[in-house]
Amino acid sequence: MAIDRTPVPHFRKPLLDTPFHDRARELSQNDSFVPWAGYSTVDVFTSAEQEYFAIRNAATLFDLTPMVKYRITGADAERYLNRLVTRDVRKLKVGRVSYVVWCNDAGHIIDDGTIFRLAAEDFRLCTAERQLDWLLDSALGFDVRVEEVTEQIAALAVQGPTSCYILRKFGLAGVEQLKPFQLAEFDAHGRPLMVSRTGFTGDLGYELWMSPEHAVTVWDELMAAGRTRGLRAIGSQALNMARIEAGFLMPNVDFVSAEHTIRMNRDRTPLELGLGWLVDFDKPHFNGRRALLAQRAAGVRRLLVGLDVDGNKPAHHALLYADKDGNREVGSVTSAMWSPTCKRNLALAIIDAPYHATGSRVWADIYLNRELVWERRMVAATVVERPFFAPERRRLTPPADR
Amino acid sequence: MAGTTSSAPPARYDVIVIGAGHNGLVCATTLARAGRSVLVVEAAAEVGGMAITRGFAPGYRVSACAHLLHQMPLAVIRELGLAEHGLEFAATALPTTAFGPEGRALTLARAGVPGEAFTPHDAAAWPAYHARLGRFAGLLQGMLAAPPPRLGTDAWSDKLALAKVGLKLRLLGRRDMREFLRIVGMNAYDLLADEFESSLLQGALGFDAVLGTNFGPRAPGTVLTLLYRLAAESAAGSMPLAQPRGGLGALTLALARAAKAAGVTIRTSAPVERITVAADRASGIVLACGDEIGAERVVSSADVKTTFLRLLGAEHLDTGFVRRVDHLRSRGVAAKIHLALDRAPKFGALAPPALGGRLLVSPSLDYLERAFNPTKYGECPGEPALEITVPTINDPALAPTGHHVLSAIVQYAPYAPASGWNDAARRAFTESILATLEVHAPGIRASLMGCELLTPLDLEREFGATGGHWHHGDLAFDQFYMVRPVPGASQYATPMAGLYLCGASCHPGGGVMGLAGRNAARRVLEQGV
Repeated sequence: MAIDRTPVPHFRKPLLDTPFHDRARELSQNDSFVPWAGYSTVDVFTSAEQEYFAIRNAATLFDLTPMVKYRITGADAERYLNRLVTRDVRKLKVGRVSYVVWCNDAGHIIDDGTIFRLAAEDFRLCTAERQLDWLLDSALGFDVRVEEVTEQIAALAVQGPTSCYILRKFGLAGVEQLKPFQLAEFDAHGRPLMVSRTGFTGDLGYELWMSPEHAVTVWDELMAAGRTRGLRAIGSQALNMARIEAGFLMPNVDFVSAEHTIRMNRDRTPLELGLGWLVDFDKPHFNGRRALLAQRAAGVRRLLVGLDVDGNKPAHHALLYADKDGNREVGSVTSAMWSPTCKRNLALAIIDAPYHATGSRVWADIYLNRELVWERRMVAATVVERPFFAPERRRLTPPADR
Repeated sequence: MAGTTSSAPPARYDVIVIGAGHNGLVCATTLARAGRSVLVVEAAAEVGGMAITRGFAPGYRVSACAHLLHQMPLAVIRELGLAEHGLEFAATALPTTAFGPEGRALTLARAGVPGEAFTPHDAAAWPAYHARLGRFAGLLQGMLAAPPPRLGTDAWSDKLALAKVGLKLRLLGRRDMREFLRIVGMNAYDLLADEFESSLLQGALGFDAVLGTNFGPRAPGTVLTLLYRLAAESAAGSMPLAQPRGGLGALTLALARAAKAAGVTIRTSAPVERITVAADRASGIVLACGDEIGAERVVSSADVKTTFLRLLGAEHLDTGFVRRVDHLRSRGVAAKIHLALDRAPKFGALAPPALGGRLLVSPSLDYLERAFNPTKYGECPGEPALEITVPTINDPALAPTGHHVLSAIVQYAPYAPASGWNDAARRAFTESILATLEVHAPGIRASLMGCELLTPLDLEREFGATGGHWHHGDLAFDQFYMVRPVPGASQYATPMAGLYLCGASCHPGGGVMGLAGRNAARRVLEQGV
C-alpha cells in the first residue's frame, strides 16, 4: 500500500519553526531548544551568563516571533480595547505603545501584553498566551474585527547599550529619535520594517517587526552591522535574568492567568501584583472594574513586591516567614536571581498584608542543593521598590552613539 | 409623588419600568403601592405585552400569544384587586381533552376522573401519579414567590432560603424524597411510559412537559419542566385553566387599571432607545422619540438579551457576563395560529364545556418527539402538536354573532427555517396545521374566514422577545432558579447598579404568572429607593 509522505501532518511536528530558526540552529552551541507558545525557541545559545552580560554591556538579538499577536481594527477598535484593558486606551496616540493587563469579571488578570496603535482604528495587541476566544467574546456589541496575525509577523528584539548604534549602522536613519514606547515605520534597504522602542530587558533596546520573508536577510544584515559592537544572539534564560532586574512580571511564573487557575486564591488582580498604576478607574467601564473598585476599597490582602535577600544564595521558590523560626508563613518567592549588575540578591515575591510594606523584613527559607545534599538557610530579606535596575540609557533620547 | 395627577409629567421618577406586560405592570403596581413614583413605558400602542387581545381578521379578536390563564396566583389577583378593576372570567377550571387516532378522545378533568380511554392499569395508576406529582409540585411551589437565594454569600437570608428548600425536600419523607430525586432530572418520555399504558394519555401529559420549550419529551430535564408547570398551576389555586372574558388582554387591561389607580403613569407607543448610565449606574432611559427621562431605578421586563445587549450595551458590562447573556438559550419553538370560522368547529361529538376547554393534539409521546425532530434541522413538522382553544364557546363577543375563533399553540416551529420564513414556507406550514386540524375537526377548512400564523420570528417582531421565546429563555436546569437567567443577574438586581430585571427571563420564569414582577419589585424595595 502506498503511503503519502509529502505533507508533514501537524501532529508529527507539534512545534513550529520561527523564520529565524535556521540561523538559531547554526549559532546554537548547546542545541538547547524549548517550546514557547507553540514554537521551538532557543533557551541558551552558549551560556546564559555570557548572553546576559551582552544585554547589559553590548547588544543582543532575541527572536520574539512566538509572541502572540492580534490585529484589531474597526470603528469601535478604541472603545473595544478600552473596555478590554485596565488602562485608558483613548490616551494612546497613534505611533505609541502601551503596556497593559486585562482582567476577567472578578478583576483577576487574564494576561499582560502591549498595545501598538498603528492608526486611529488599527491596533496590534501582543500577548503571552492565546486569547482569541476572550477577545472575540469581548467583541460582542462592538464594531470591531479581531484577527490573529502571529504567523504573519516575524519579530526580533535588539537590546543593549549599543543597540541604537547597530540599528543606525544597519540603515535605520533617525531611529535614535524614537522615544521609549514610540514606534515608527522604516525602510530597510527596500524592506518595510516597523521599529518600536520597547523591550523586556529594562535596558536601551528596540523591537523590530517584519514580514517573515525578510526575516533571514534582516538577521544577517543586523549581525554584520553589529560585529564591532558585540552583538550576539541570546536565548530566553538570559532574557529572564534581565527582566527580573527590570522588575517585569512573567506570566505563569509570577502569576497564573485567571483562565488557567483551578485552586482557590490563585488568581491575582492588578492591584495585588503592584500594577495599580495600570488601572484607570476614571475612564469608562472596563472588564473587572466593579470588582477592582471593591478590592481597592477593602484593601489588598497580598501584594507582589521586590525583595532584597541577604547573602548571595538565590531564593528560588522560597517560602517567606514573618519570623526566623518559621512559625508564621507570609508568602512565597515567584522569581529569584543573584544580579551580577546590581550585585544584589533579588527576588519577586507575593507577600501577605501587612508584611508587604516597603522596608519590612521577612525571612526566606532557602534550600540549597550542594552536590546532591540539600541544605537549608533561613535568610532575612527586605521588601524594596522595583525596578531593581533602571539605567539612565533606557530613557535617554537620542541614546549615546556608541 | 404617587397619586398625583398633574398634567405635566415629572421629569424624574423613582422607578421606570420598561414594558407593560403582565410582569412589568405587576412590578410597577407593587412599587407604586409602596409609595414610589413609577413610570411604565411600553413600545406597543396597547399595554399587555404577550398577554394581549387583538384583532386578526375583521370582527374577530383573539389572545395573540398566551391564550389561557393558569399560573397567576390567586394571591396576586386578589392583592392587586383585579376583579375590582374589571377582570372577569368567561370560564374557569377548564377541562383538557386530548384527541387520538380514529376519533378517540380523552377528557381529563382536574379532579382526574378516569375516562373510558383509560386502561384498568392506567385507571389504577392515575390517582397515585396525580397525588405524587402534586406533592412534588408543592415542593417547587414554595420557591416561586420569593427571590432565589445566592450561592456563596454570607447573607443569612440566602442560607435560610436554601435551608428551606432542603428542609421541604426532607419533609417529603424518605420515599417521596428518593422518588423526587430519581425523577427530577429525568425525561418525561420515560417517566410517563413507566407510569401509563395508554399512548394517548402519555401524549397528553407529555405535552405539558414540553410546551413552549425547546425540548422533545425524550430530553433530560423535561420532568422538571412538567413539575414546574404543575407547581405554578397549584400556586394558582382553584383557578387553573381560566379564560378571562375578553381574552388575556382583559387581564393586562385590569392590571393597567390597577396600576393607574396606584398612581403609576403609563406611556404606550414609547419604545425605549437605550438605558442611560451616569457614574456607573443606570440613570434613566432615552425613548425612540428622543425624550430623556431620569429615574433612581430602571426595571426592565424586556428579555435579558434585549435589556443588556440592546438597551444597556455590552460596553457597560464585563465580558464574562455578556458571554453568559449571549449564550442563554432563547430560541422559540412555539408558533401560534388564529382561525376565523363562520361556525363552531366540530371535534367529533365534543360539546361544551369540553369544547370550550383546552384541546390537545398530542396523541402519543412518539408523535410529540417526531414533531420536534424536524425543528432541530430548521424544518417544520408535517404533523405538529397543538394546544387548541375555541375561546368563542365561552366568550362569544370575540367574534361576530354565530361565528367563532380558534386559537392554537403550534409545537414545534423552527425560529429560522432553512428557507427563511418566506411566503412559501408560511403557506406550507399553515397547510400542515390545517391538515392536522382537519383530521380532528372535519370540515373546519370549509368554515375558514381568515387565518393568521405567528411564527417564532413573528412573535419576536411583535412582542420584542429575543428568539420569539415565550419564556424569554428555555426553562431548564442550567437556566433555572438560582442561575436564571444567568449568574450575576439571578436575583433581579444586575451588575449595573440601579438596573433590575422583572420579566420572564427571571425566576420563576415565563407563563402568565406575574411573580417575576412581584419578586423584582420586592427586591427593588429591599435594596432601597
